[in-house]
Amino acid sequence: MEAALISPAKATVLGIPTVIFSLVIPLVGIGIFAYIIALRLKPLVKASPDPRLGRLPDRFLKMLKYAVGQYRHPRYKDAGIIHILLFAGFMILSLRSITLVLLGISDGYLLPGMDGTLGHIYAILKDYAGTFILAACLAAMYRRIIIKPERYAVPAKYGKEHTWEALLVLMLIMGLVTCDIIFEGSLAAAQIQSGLEPEVMGPMSGTWLAAHTLRFAPVDLLQNLHLGAYFSHELIFFFFLCFLPMGKHFHVITSLPNVFLMKLDKGTIKPVQWGVDDDQLDELESFGVKKFEDFTWKHMLDFYSCADCGRCSDNCPANAVGRPLSPRFISIKCRDYSFKSYPLKDKPVDGQPFIGNVLEEDEIWSCTTCGACEEECPLFIEYIDKIVDVRRGLVDDGLVPQSLQKPLNALEKRGNPYGKMEKKRADWTKDLPEDVTVKILKKKETADTLYFVDSITSYDDRIQEIGRATARVLTEAGIDFGILGPAERDSGHEVRRFGEEMLFQDLRDRNTDAIVNTGVDHIVTADPHTFNALKHDYKDVPPVAHISQTLTQCIKSGKLRLKPVEDPSKIYTYHDPCYLGRHNNLYDDPRVVIDAIPGIHRVEMAANCRDRSFCCGGGGLMLFYEPIEEKRMGQVRVEMAKAAGADVIVTACPFCMVNIEDAIKTSGLEGEMDAIDLVELIDRHMIPTNNVSI
Amino acid sequence: MEILVCIKRAPDTSENEIEVNRDGTDIERDDLVYSVNEWDNYAVEEAIQIRDKMGGSVTVVSVGDEDDEEVIRREMAMGADHGILLSDEPFKGSDGRGISAILKAEVEKKKYDLILTGAQADDGAGQVGGMLAAMLDWPYASLVNFIDVVDDKKIKVGREIAGGNQEMHEINLPCVLSIQTGINEPRYVGIRGIRKVASLEIPVHTAADLGIAPESVGESGARTKRLDYFVPDLGEGAEILEGSTEEITDKLLELLKAKGGIK
Repeated sequence: MEAALISPAKATVLGIPTVIFSLVIPLVGIGIFAYIIALRLKPLVKASPDPRLGRLPDRFLKMLKYAVGQYRHPRYKDAGIIHILLFAGFMILSLRSITLVLLGISDGYLLPGMDGTLGHIYAILKDYAGTFILAACLAAMYRRIIIKPERYAVPAKYGKEHTWEALLVLMLIMGLVTCDIIFEGSLAAAQIQSGLEPEVMGPMSGTWLAAHTLRFAPVDLLQNLHLGAYFSHELIFFFFLCFLPMGKHFHVITSLPNVFLMKLDKGTIKPVQWGVDDDQLDELESFGVKKFEDFTWKHMLDFYSCADCGRCSDNCPANAVGRPLSPRFISIKCRDYSFKSYPLKDKPVDGQPFIGNVLEEDEIWSCTTCGACEEECPLFIEYIDKIVDVRRGLVDDGLVPQSLQKPLNALEKRGNPYGKMEKKRADWTKDLPEDVTVKILKKKETADTLYFVDSITSYDDRIQEIGRATARVLTEAGIDFGILGPAERDSGHEVRRFGEEMLFQDLRDRNTDAIVNTGVDHIVTADPHTFNALKHDYKDVPPVAHISQTLTQCIKSGKLRLKPVEDPSKIYTYHDPCYLGRHNNLYDDPRVVIDAIPGIHRVEMAANCRDRSFCCGGGGLMLFYEPIEEKRMGQVRVEMAKAAGADVIVTACPFCMVNIEDAIKTSGLEGEMDAIDLVELIDRHMIPTNNVSI
Repeated sequence: MEILVCIKRAPDTSENEIEVNRDGTDIERDDLVYSVNEWDNYAVEEAIQIRDKMGGSVTVVSVGDEDDEEVIRREMAMGADHGILLSDEPFKGSDGRGISAILKAEVEKKKYDLILTGAQADDGAGQVGGMLAAMLDWPYASLVNFIDVVDDKKIKVGREIAGGNQEMHEINLPCVLSIQTGINEPRYVGIRGIRKVASLEIPVHTAADLGIAPESVGESGARTKRLDYFVPDLGEGAEILEGSTEEITDKLLELLKAKGGIK
């Protein structure tokens, strides 16, 4: 059959058969690409170990949901839709891209199975894919050039704007799609002119429009367009392929693996080194990340995978209040450092000092580990483990801010960051009514449940009230409980997250012994940090519940009955604590508990509730740190509550209480805004039976 | 540069509640936690920083007993190269002069270029540095908040004076300096650091090793004797003046005139 146009596989230009280009371009392109990838793999080979191949079915399903399904992308609606279109288009066109390369070598090539109906269906599908990719690219360019969303901006200290990279890639993509449209459109136009049947085209698609626009163009023009579009496509394609691992579009290659290899255990912190047990830690020469190669290979892969989208930093509370922390730029800076240290042409330069060079100490200490960044990232890049690892390195070298040294020394000596005496740890129980006794669990004194109070509730004057309210509520609910009293040490939750691993282990081991010695079957706590520690950082202790879970059960079973709300005119709002919400997916129980109070009026801080809750400022050791910031996080949160129309903020965490009460005062809202703990709220609304006199 | 830092193990005043014991001879020590005296810690950090710049070694020394070994070890974990414990029965109960005499004997065993002491201890009298210098007949600068080593013969030292001003002096080596808090930011020492130095040897020197006559130190050699130890009677507390700014100012003037504060 006489073809309407000469294909790239058969043409000659200036006497040279173009098939040579069809072979050379891909070979050179793939060769360069392979070289760059090998170079990118180099630091990963030297990196710390990181086991990520367990629980494969779970990983596979999550990859389908989050990477293929783009589940997190619509959290930013406009960008999300554009990206889904681009991604779907890419997936569909992947077959076309392979076909195109081979078409240049073998005339009329079709992939196996594509010669029949399937091939025609695919042809239409790919036409529309190309078209909506074009539309999505134009929309994306409009956003980049005109709208300029805040989160893409690059603060001066981090260098120049990255817009050029985004625009370049958008134009490359548009180029690819346009070339294919012209390649096919020109052929279809020529075929129609010669009376031949063209391949099926989706009506109103780009290809279809091109074919009809070129309908009456001279054959010579069509032939040149056909060949020109083909080789332009190949050049752009292989250039793009080699450009991917050079910048933020590396994520095109690494996204599916990175999501597949994600951290499955929320709320946990990685060990100092995978494969090194606690009792072998003393043999390690160095703790933590001090140079780039100390990161694990997965963390390095994270740096490569950052799409520079800014969603993490956009939700980072530290960033919002002007602390020198932007998670996005931790990834970008480390990625750029990696590229620079392992350059394309020269020898790699590894083992360079990292802190003070790539990352700053203040940047690292500013993080409250709230998890908002990790919750947002569509690529499941991890930040908390990296920051903890860098902190471990700083602690190992003695570079701890002075403001944190005092509470750390106090924790070592007295088991609490305040330096108060151990024997006074249970003094908060003294102010309870006679019929509420708090047992101190010992050999002769046992109970079913341990109430793990932890340091702030034990020693802080204001927070002791939450402790007392908890004791009253547990007693009223008929729960047989006791506390460790002077034998209790700080749970060490923040000690670990601030990088002092050995002190954490010391606290953990003492507490574990004390807990196991009591013989309790359950643990309950009103402190989400304690809850997270006992659940995720401690091993071999009885199961732990947060008081909101216990309250939900008691209310449902009728063990606790609630009277109508004291002041029906007040509007309540619930602030999700980071360590209940994001880290432990406990969003509903506290709401169920609040709503169980008859007549209570509760509103949500709509844009910032549940997994978008805004951190109060941090707990544990973070209360002692003196950050450089423009505003307190608590103040931002209180303003959100006010904007939602609330006049009472309900918290479920002692640190949230401290930060929010403080913020109410410093915002000048005393008298207008109130804060109450969930347990205190229930304590006030319990209908006493025989158990407790209020 | 060979640097000797004299350190002391003292009760942590911020992490303890200090109460006088029943017979009024001392404070209640049962529940106390101890750590290295804060001023001495700054001194050790300074010594380590000087050594890192100039070369040489840092030795920490303490007069005490086996309880005091832990602070010597902690400072070695921080970065000091050597630690020495001066411990013997006759040393117990020494006053400031006794301590200084014991330290002097240790200093004379080796050639040191620089001796640092903390300006004071929470439970001390701020005297050992000066006395030690006098006994050695070495130049002495107190309350130092800045050190700059010029060469191996002299250094520059600074001290904060009234009004937040700074005065600078030149002093010849070897010399004794007493160090003020805030001279630097001491590095953190964690449990891991202390474990690393757990098995290092800390030699113990006795009166015999130092050639000290037992009667010249200790309780018997003390030239000062503690007579009493008590918490002073509490006054009524602060009087809070109320009213508008003008009313308060007027009342304040009245009170100041009445009590002789203004003529």
